[in-house]
Amino acid sequence: MKKTRLNACHHKLKAKMIEFFGWEMPLEYSGIVDEHMAVRNRAGLFDVSHMGEIQITGTQALEYIQWLTPNNAARVNLEKAQYTCLITPQGTFVDDMLVYNLSENTYLLVVNAANVEKDFKWVSSQSQGFNVQVQNLSEDYTQLALQGPDAFKILTPLTNVNLEEMKSFGVSQGLVAGEAAMVSRTGYTGEDGFEIYTLSLSPDKIWEAILEEGSKYELLPVGLGARDTLRLEANLMLYGNDIDDTTSVLEAGLRWLVKFKKGDFMGRDVLLKQKEEGLQRKLVGFEMIERGGIARPHYPVILNGDKVSEVTSGTYSPYLKKAIGLTYLPIEATEEGTRFQIEIRGKLVNAQVVPLPFYKRPQ
Amino acid sequence: MYPEDYYYTKDHEWVKIDGDTATIGITDFAQKQLGDVVYVELPEPGTQLEFHQSMGVIESVKAVSDVYSPISGEVLESNEALNDAPETLNEEPHTKGWIIRIKVKDHSEVEKLMSVSDYEKYLEGLEE
Repeated sequence: MKKTRLNACHHKLKAKMIEFFGWEMPLEYSGIVDEHMAVRNRAGLFDVSHMGEIQITGTQALEYIQWLTPNNAARVNLEKAQYTCLITPQGTFVDDMLVYNLSENTYLLVVNAANVEKDFKWVSSQSQGFNVQVQNLSEDYTQLALQGPDAFKILTPLTNVNLEEMKSFGVSQGLVAGEAAMVSRTGYTGEDGFEIYTLSLSPDKIWEAILEEGSKYELLPVGLGARDTLRLEANLMLYGNDIDDTTSVLEAGLRWLVKFKKGDFMGRDVLLKQKEEGLQRKLVGFEMIERGGIARPHYPVILNGDKVSEVTSGTYSPYLKKAIGLTYLPIEATEEGTRFQIEIRGKLVNAQVVPLPFYKRPQ
Repeated sequence: MYPEDYYYTKDHEWVKIDGDTATIGITDFAQKQLGDVVYVELPEPGTQLEFHQSMGVIESVKAVSDVYSPISGEVLESNEALNDAPETLNEEPHTKGWIIRIKVKDHSEVEKLMSVSDYEKYLEGLEE
């Protein structure tokens, strides 16, 4: 099993460790609900070094990314990152990701751990005709996420980066706890917060410094368990559950990241046709409206007596204290309040469509 | 930590015997493994449970687990309070977090369960 450079920190904290796509990662430290609520109310620190980093360099790096993705990569610059996806010719997902501009002609794609090899092959294989080089730097980067309403106060004394000036999706290079790092105002929790990327061989200095400063705010270390419940409440997609190479970007409700006017890109024609003809199905949020259990991924979704779909993500929401989930429904059944059933251990349990996101942070 | 007068199983359940009535729950070790319990499904009174038959379902945030009956007998009562406060299973697994009471069918099944000292030794073995 691969270990992140923070592995010893997790063992020191007696985290419950699991294997996650070849990595030994913390599932939880003090408990998923505790950690979840710490991020919503105060702050949490995550080791997300299992995420992949693919670097594209060359005079045509930007042009190439424009071809591979539906969002307008021309908006990415040294001070601004972007959420987007690698798209197939069918308008479906190879992966979703963040794009950073590290220096002139150098871009970093931050992709899902589960997809690193596939993405690297994909990005390498599509590059004929573009003057670019593609490198997989996934094992070199340590990535930490500091998330929650107190994240700003905790990181400020530890860095020379001007966090005050940094807007959502802003990026800056600097020092964190004395180590060279890239800091962005991004995350996967629905809260304000930062992601910190470093090539340092001692990233534990950053981890320990944040834990220490964070202790004034009752920050908790947070594992992959709460990472999943936090992202689902905020309606942030999980590749392999909610989106994959069979779901189109429009069906997933990510119309906002498709910029038809930017010029040609892979899958553009298919998506334009879908947009004009209208969608057949769409991803919706639901909540369980009677007792009967928690809807889990792959549980059957029943509409008017027929199985129409499966739960893509489903969990108990620690913030809302109810069972919530996501599923694709036929377009005529996607209106708020529409009732359907989830089959839980052989029994049909009532659910209804609710607006997304389930949780939005107070402004 | 583990009550002296309870019996224990390798599946991390406990059994407390009062005459012909057995109270059954899960151990502290089990609740730690499960994590935050958020939903329970309990059997109806009158249900006949065979040895090692599923007597209920416990859902934590992360996972779904069956609980297997450590002995056979008829369900007398389920702990309905767990429906509204499933976290009791985490907080007080050996007392208020009991799951069911059953009428013992065969006392020889009880004799096959572990004593507290055997269970503690068994746990030490797991932690190595």
